[in-house]
Amino acid sequence: MSPLFAIAPALPLGQAGKYVAAAYIVVFLVILIYVGIMALRAQRTQRELEELRRDVEAVKAAREQLEDDVDPDESDRAGHARTERSEQIA
Amino acid sequence: MRHNTYSRGLPGLALATVVMLCAALTLAFFYAPLDANQGFLQKIFYIHVPLAIIALCGFVFGAVMAIMYLRTGDRKWDMRSYVAIHMALIFGIAGLISGSIWAKASWGHWWVWQEPTLVSYLIVLLLFATYQPLRFSIEDPERQSLYASVFAIVAGAFVPLNFIAVRLATEYVHPRVLNLEGGNLPGPMKLTFYVALIGFVLLFATLWKYEMAAKDARAQVRRLRRTLLGDDAGRPYGRSAAPL
Repeated sequence: MSPLFAIAPALPLGQAGKYVAAAYIVVFLVILIYVGIMALRAQRTQRELEELRRDVEAVKAAREQLEDDVDPDESDRAGHARTERSEQIA
Repeated sequence: MRHNTYSRGLPGLALATVVMLCAALTLAFFYAPLDANQGFLQKIFYIHVPLAIIALCGFVFGAVMAIMYLRTGDRKWDMRSYVAIHMALIFGIAGLISGSIWAKASWGHWWVWQEPTLVSYLIVLLLFATYQPLRFSIEDPERQSLYASVFAIVAGAFVPLNFIAVRLATEYVHPRVLNLEGGNLPGPMKLTFYVALIGFVLLFATLWKYEMAAKDARAQVRRLRRTLLGDDAGRPYGRSAAPL
């Protein structure tokens, strides 16, 4: 930054300099505060999204577990029905 | 999850905003000549006037979006109107503070109540400052959007009327530098002013898109959560000033 200041022409600040600086700084701060608040909200959304992802994974895992629990019974029933049918045919 | 359309093109727009604002600052301090009367103090003009113009245009933009909501009934227009008015208020407050600092340095007072330009601008700001509390006071989302849109249209129509009324007033101390004939700014000052104006327009557009993208993402997360938890059936979202 210092080389930039070295080549920049001197500004005739005078008495007005502090007012001009104050005006520009206030505008910059207002925008900065707004962007900061938005960044915090974005972080919160990100956190909620992570929670949601974990919830979805948990639901998916629970559903798979349920299917695994259900499948052996179904296969047993199907096997039993097949045996009955083959006995009837015989 | 559907793609967030508001975040499309946002990095490019943000980059253009930064470039334009840097150019405006450089031109303001190192290219535009010093004003004969005000000297260095006049540099505040390059932020104060664009901020005030964009704030007032932002209110009108919000009113146009509100008209679109009433015509279509699509909630996205209500959200756009809400964010435009929100952004315009922020720009308006920044413009008001920068103007007040300029008034103190130039006229010796932070505020001049006899000046129609200042008072009318304050009235417009205060009018739109009631927009958020109005929204927050109505819990039902449908009614909230409807009443807020009607308010935004009426208040938005007040902005140009107010502007014309102040222009017709004869007694003011606030200078007039822009008019339909191009105003009385010399060339380098005019160039600097227009670059600053474009820079702040881009800043408004960037922040508007940014907030729209954030609100859209948040709404999607909320909808997904409700779907996942299985409470789509109509349990209210809870009170909020922002459209749901």
